[in-house]
Amino acid sequence: MSHIQKALTHGLTPWQTVGPFFHYALPWEGGNTLVGSDVSGEKIVLIGQVVDSDGAPIPDAMVEIWQADAGGYYHHPDDPRHAEIKDRDFIGFGRCPTDEEGFYRFETVRPGPVSGPGNSVQAPHIAIGLFGRGLLRRLVTRAYFPDSPLNEADPVLGLITPERVATVIASAEPPVDGIPVFRLDLRFQGDCETVFFDV
Amino acid sequence: MDVLPYTRQILSEPPSLYPAYTSTVSRSPRQPLVTIPQTLTEVTGPMAFGDRLFRPPVHDMTRQGKGEPLGERIIVSGRILDDRGRPVPSTVVEIWQCNAAGRYIHKKDQHDAPLDPNFTGQGRITTDEEGRYRFITIKPGAYPWRNHHNAWRPAHIHFSLLGRGFATRLITQMYFPGDPLIDIDPIACAVPPEARQRMVSRFDIDTTESGWALGYVYDIVLRGRNETPMENVK
Repeated sequence: MSHIQKALTHGLTPWQTVGPFFHYALPWEGGNTLVGSDVSGEKIVLIGQVVDSDGAPIPDAMVEIWQADAGGYYHHPDDPRHAEIKDRDFIGFGRCPTDEEGFYRFETVRPGPVSGPGNSVQAPHIAIGLFGRGLLRRLVTRAYFPDSPLNEADPVLGLITPERVATVIASAEPPVDGIPVFRLDLRFQGDCETVFFDV
Repeated sequence: MDVLPYTRQILSEPPSLYPAYTSTVSRSPRQPLVTIPQTLTEVTGPMAFGDRLFRPPVHDMTRQGKGEPLGERIIVSGRILDDRGRPVPSTVVEIWQCNAAGRYIHKKDQHDAPLDPNFTGQGRITTDEEGRYRFITIKPGAYPWRNHHNAWRPAHIHFSLLGRGFATRLITQMYFPGDPLIDIDPIACAVPPEARQRMVSRFDIDTTESGWALGYVYDIVLRGRNETPMENVK
């Protein structure tokens, strides 16, 4: 049987939970720092607390992010502008386990706008994957920036009922050492349940 | 800009809420997921950065201590493919597991079973050009957990895959053939029976090395890119 037939016979491999014991295997030193000292663009910190339906912090979750660089380039060959990328040190991927208080933290840059479906432009955003014990599959959301005029016409934000849009817009926190800090809490359930996406 | 999206994974995915797995009750969204089109954000991802992103590769998990770990040495190998059977080359495969006695090295694992000073139970490699990977490890034990009375996890190895894009990310668990615990395990049973079988490795005499170790084959199928543009969900 050819590999092609076999793959179609077996179908996609299903998701399973990451479980509680991933810490010694998945996170790596520096995994939540996406920038070096000479990265181009505006350095930012993205933090947030992962909480359950009672608002209790989740200390055993893991957060991954994926984003464009400051110029709006994804460092991936399928970005049509890939050949123009100058800042080859930036990758745009990070991974961070939550701490005892349920917080994640990334040091990165504010991404530029990227193209969306049709002729649309997507407002600057960071894609987020959330993993943990009790999550049979990854939950996907995005962090948008509170001060971006492009949010108004963003094609993905436009798919969310207006009263829930705020759950994917980070809040501006006091800067630390002059670096802007943005916070997006992730809530599984409750009044301010985060909007999670099926992608 | 319209992009060629990846296959949606609906049929093979477990639900977020599966009450028999009790931790899902307080940790699953109550609102339906919002379906969005795959954009440049979702079709791109951290591809082929394994050497820069992660720790040094470990393919032989029996050589990480001063001596040999206890338990049954096994070979676990397979291919990472997309749903059209195309190999996924140069993608990071990360695995982790408990030891032969059913104990993770993790500080929060309180199971009353011995740690093995020669076994950490974690490995990572990148696939070759044909999407192949191969680990040498110790067959993990079953272990009890507190989900319900007399609950036992079937022996399993956790697998984490990146694939080509953000949308192709997959974390799954590999089970062993013939394990009677699989069909009474709430985590495995959250997946419908037919798809559940895709998580069960198969014993393979050709992967087995004479006089040394039994071999198991576990192929993983990730979402593939559609050949032609599909209408994006509005």
